[in-house]
Amino acid sequence: MENLEKLAKEARAAIAAAEGGSGLEQLRVEYLGKKGQVTALLKGLGKLSAEERPDAGARINVVKQELQDLIGERKQVLEAAAVDARLAEEVIDVTLSGRGQGTGGTHPVTRTIERMEDFFSAIGFEVVEGPEIEDDYHNFEALNIPAHHPARAMHDTFYVDEHTVLRTHTSPVQVRVMESSEPPLRVICPGRVYRCDSDLTHSPMFHQVEGLLIDEHSTFADLKGLIEEFLRQFFEAELAVRFRPSYFPFTEPSAEVDIQCVNCGGEGCRVCSRTGWLEVMGCGMVHPRVFEHSGIDTERYSGFAFGMGVERLAMLRYGVNDLRLFFDNDLRFLEQF
Amino acid sequence: MKFSEQWLREWVSPNLSTSDLAHQITMAGLEVDAIEPVAGTFSGLLVAEIVAVEPHPDADKLKVCQVLAGSKTVQVVCGAPNARKGLKAPLATVGARLPGGMEIKSAKLRGIASTGMLCAEEELGLSEASDGLMELPADAPVGENLRDYLGLDDQIIEIGLTPNRADCLGMAGIAREVALLNDLSVTPPVFSAADTAIQDKLPVRLEASASCPRYVGRVIRNVDVSRPTPTWMQERLRRGGVRSIDAVVDVTNYVLLELGQPMHAFDLGKLNGGIVVRLAEQGESLALLDGQTVDLRADTLVIADESGPLAMAGIMGGQSSAVSAETRDLFLESAFFAPQLLAGKPRSYGLHTDSSHRFERGVDFTLQRTAMERATELLIDIVGGQAGPVIEMVEDSDLPPRPDVTLRAARIEKVLGFDMAGAEVERILAGLGLGVTATNDGWLCAIPSWRFDISLEVDLLEELARVYGYNNLPVTRIRADLALPSRPESQLSVRRVRRHLGARDYREAITYSFIEPALQNRFDPEQAPVALSNPISTDMAVMRTGLVPGLLSAVLHNINRQQSRVRMYETGLRFLPSSRALEQVPTLAMILTGEREPIGWSSPVRGSDFFDLKGDVESLLALTGRAAEFEFTAAALPGLHPGQTAHIIRDGEVVGFIGAIHPSVGTEMGFDVPVYTCQLDLAAVLDSGVPEFQELSKFPEVRRDISFVIDKSTVVQPLLDEVRSAAGVYLKDLRLFDVYTGKGIDPKRKSLSLGLTFRDQSRTLGDEDVNQAVGQVIDLLEKNYKAVLRK
Repeated sequence: MENLEKLAKEARAAIAAAEGGSGLEQLRVEYLGKKGQVTALLKGLGKLSAEERPDAGARINVVKQELQDLIGERKQVLEAAAVDARLAEEVIDVTLSGRGQGTGGTHPVTRTIERMEDFFSAIGFEVVEGPEIEDDYHNFEALNIPAHHPARAMHDTFYVDEHTVLRTHTSPVQVRVMESSEPPLRVICPGRVYRCDSDLTHSPMFHQVEGLLIDEHSTFADLKGLIEEFLRQFFEAELAVRFRPSYFPFTEPSAEVDIQCVNCGGEGCRVCSRTGWLEVMGCGMVHPRVFEHSGIDTERYSGFAFGMGVERLAMLRYGVNDLRLFFDNDLRFLEQF
Repeated sequence: MKFSEQWLREWVSPNLSTSDLAHQITMAGLEVDAIEPVAGTFSGLLVAEIVAVEPHPDADKLKVCQVLAGSKTVQVVCGAPNARKGLKAPLATVGARLPGGMEIKSAKLRGIASTGMLCAEEELGLSEASDGLMELPADAPVGENLRDYLGLDDQIIEIGLTPNRADCLGMAGIAREVALLNDLSVTPPVFSAADTAIQDKLPVRLEASASCPRYVGRVIRNVDVSRPTPTWMQERLRRGGVRSIDAVVDVTNYVLLELGQPMHAFDLGKLNGGIVVRLAEQGESLALLDGQTVDLRADTLVIADESGPLAMAGIMGGQSSAVSAETRDLFLESAFFAPQLLAGKPRSYGLHTDSSHRFERGVDFTLQRTAMERATELLIDIVGGQAGPVIEMVEDSDLPPRPDVTLRAARIEKVLGFDMAGAEVERILAGLGLGVTATNDGWLCAIPSWRFDISLEVDLLEELARVYGYNNLPVTRIRADLALPSRPESQLSVRRVRRHLGARDYREAITYSFIEPALQNRFDPEQAPVALSNPISTDMAVMRTGLVPGLLSAVLHNINRQQSRVRMYETGLRFLPSSRALEQVPTLAMILTGEREPIGWSSPVRGSDFFDLKGDVESLLALTGRAAEFEFTAAALPGLHPGQTAHIIRDGEVVGFIGAIHPSVGTEMGFDVPVYTCQLDLAAVLDSGVPEFQELSKFPEVRRDISFVIDKSTVVQPLLDEVRSAAGVYLKDLRLFDVYTGKGIDPKRKSLSLGLTFRDQSRTLGDEDVNQAVGQVIDLLEKNYKAVLRK
């Protein structure tokens, strides 16, 4: 028993000095294990007298408890140090780039068409597509453009044969819709169109989105309202919009739509040829002859149609200055969208 | 159509600036394309007369001119070849400014004093080029300011007319519009019918009155064609974009610009007998004024005499009967040719003239006699001569009908969305020249002969809207009955495909639908593609039967711009001619070349191969939820590597292909790297299913791996299919996780490792269940594939 204090002192020093791994466990076994020194002292209590025993037992147990606590504390310290060491070991440069594939994307023309589809489908327009090699009837005749009509000269048409063309607009899709469905109708028709013309501002292939609405009470005022709102939403700006009388054989009255120049705000610049206005689309009330071709009652129904060049609107929206970029498919261009 | 603003203002002059006037007519549908000053900006130029010319003592090409301008005479050194005594020309006096800002100062030219500069048209911005001094008429008033004398403070207004507005292809029509828009009246030029001084007539016979229902002619004798066109007329023609030729041609062109009536003058002396207006006969030809000779088709209207065709009616005159310097007597023509019968003819001969442009769109069919009188008066004023009586042949029943058109007041509201006051309706329609009679529910309108575009009620509505102003019409929002659209869940959207490919690092490309025939043939020699009859160029001549050639060209474009890694896709139609009908098939194609992943710090740089693309394709096809329906079988296809190409099959039907570009095709096109591509029918990619829930098993799965060696040439897919069926109903997943050739393996053999996962819905599988299944697989492999198990 006279050794108790010495033993305790030794043990305290040993625990404080213990390092990670098995060192601490060895000390626990050495002092507190079944054959440990403190355990041995407790076992030796039996040799003492009944008077001495409680006091000695209590003192040994105090030491035992103290050593247990010290080992526990030391263990926590060592574990925390081990975690710290591991974390220090595992430091990475988080500024290095991640691994794996990059991100691709959609062509700006498709991106623009999708935006247009979203606006119109939100108010009940269905998206419809149609053939690109078209017959003369759907591309011209049914749209009130008979053979030799001067308006045909406005379309530089690619011919496959005498009766077959590459569609010069997506309006033939509207004809097909009118043939196959009953009013009321609300459709938009996006797609590729072709004109035999190629220079800085003309591409032999480009994209149009055309819209058609037929109902019992649709008016030119509705058309104006829809187009104005669409253009303001498309450009996300409170643009001035104006409607100018024009001529398309398949609509009457017909209008060209101009917006205030998005580049200069109407002051006049290179983009708008110093006029302050940009021509962005054509529209009008569906011509009664077009209705007649499709067997729609012109007394009961009225309707309007509109058509816009997708590349033109994409150029204005994103500031693209060269039409040809759309079909070069240069990654440096495509990656910007 | 170009015209002088000053000229318009003689007819009608609203109190508007040039730009406000241009805006006004633009907003009425006569779109102003350009406004340009008729002359450059200059000042200090006078009408001057050269009174004496002497050679320069020290320079061969220079002359010393004494020039009278106003009250004083100045000395000017001049190099123009046409500088001569008596010539009247523009003089820039000392202090004058020329276009571009140059100021004229006194100077010495080779030692001789020169105080001023005699000018050419080019130097004043009056023409593009000139070869001498501008020659002013002999009666030009010396000393007068040149700008005032020539009326140069004027603008040329150019309007782009839509094909329906032929009525505005003359000053009279434009003035009518401007007057209506400003509530003014028109002051047309005053002229009177010429006195008939001679009785000469030429017989005229209309043999094709459907094409030419009215023909007006007149003989004019003893003209002096050497007399110059007056400056005022030359200037108006110039401002109208018409070149001055000689007085006779200039007068016909002037009437064309003024009234919109094309006319033609024949040299009477060259005509043989009377005039016949008839269709050409097969085999006839005509030497035209522009120098070319055309073989006439039988559908072409000609003006002929007894010897044959003289002119293509309404299009162009012939050379043999043209007015020349020797012409003494004229036969003047003013006719109406029916637009629907002339339409398309000029273009079919490759011709387009001011005359055909108007006749094709419609000329006022009551205008011919008026135009004849106007031209006669102008001609006699300028070139003298005596006019014969007007000859007029007309077939009334072939003149364009002008049935009255009914306008119902209620339709104005229904179509335009607002109710226009009756008085305003009448003001607008009457201002356009329509006869307007009120009826119970609207108006009955008589349509004027100059309007070829008004035959329906809606044509009248357009006129009302246009003149009232589109921007003054109300704006409303559409109202509609809303119905939910159908959206089949078993149909993927193309957008879903785009998003998926975008997320896998593919860029969408859009390539031309027409491609080079040779390239087309390289990848699809079996099909004769749809060819364009008028391609824009030879490398865009046939419609693609597949999307790969276009994408390959796009990849090449990028490789040539230092891009080594290109991954692209395109969706669009391919065009398949078949015996029955042309098919236009929505198609998806993908292409890749270069590194597998973007070059980075963490992974080795490895080039892509077939399986990179195949993995992307499989992940796309997995979107359908029906991946198991697809299989890939080795195939040989033109343009593709014979050992690295597969058909993609869905439910037994070929829906696409995948493969490496054939190395020699690649080399030929300019690639020095492997390129992989695939093409799929879009319908097969989009056709998906509605998910059907399967109960989740509560029981554990058991995995067994087996490795074995088989013949190297064994194709894996059929083997896996057989393994799957041999393994029985408990097999839930089969995975080939290793393919090995090389060290330790017979060079003619390869090692495969399969992972088989078993599970049952209703119980935990025992060893005996799994052992039996694996045993069946091993039996199969040993028996059918001579496989040797590796331990």
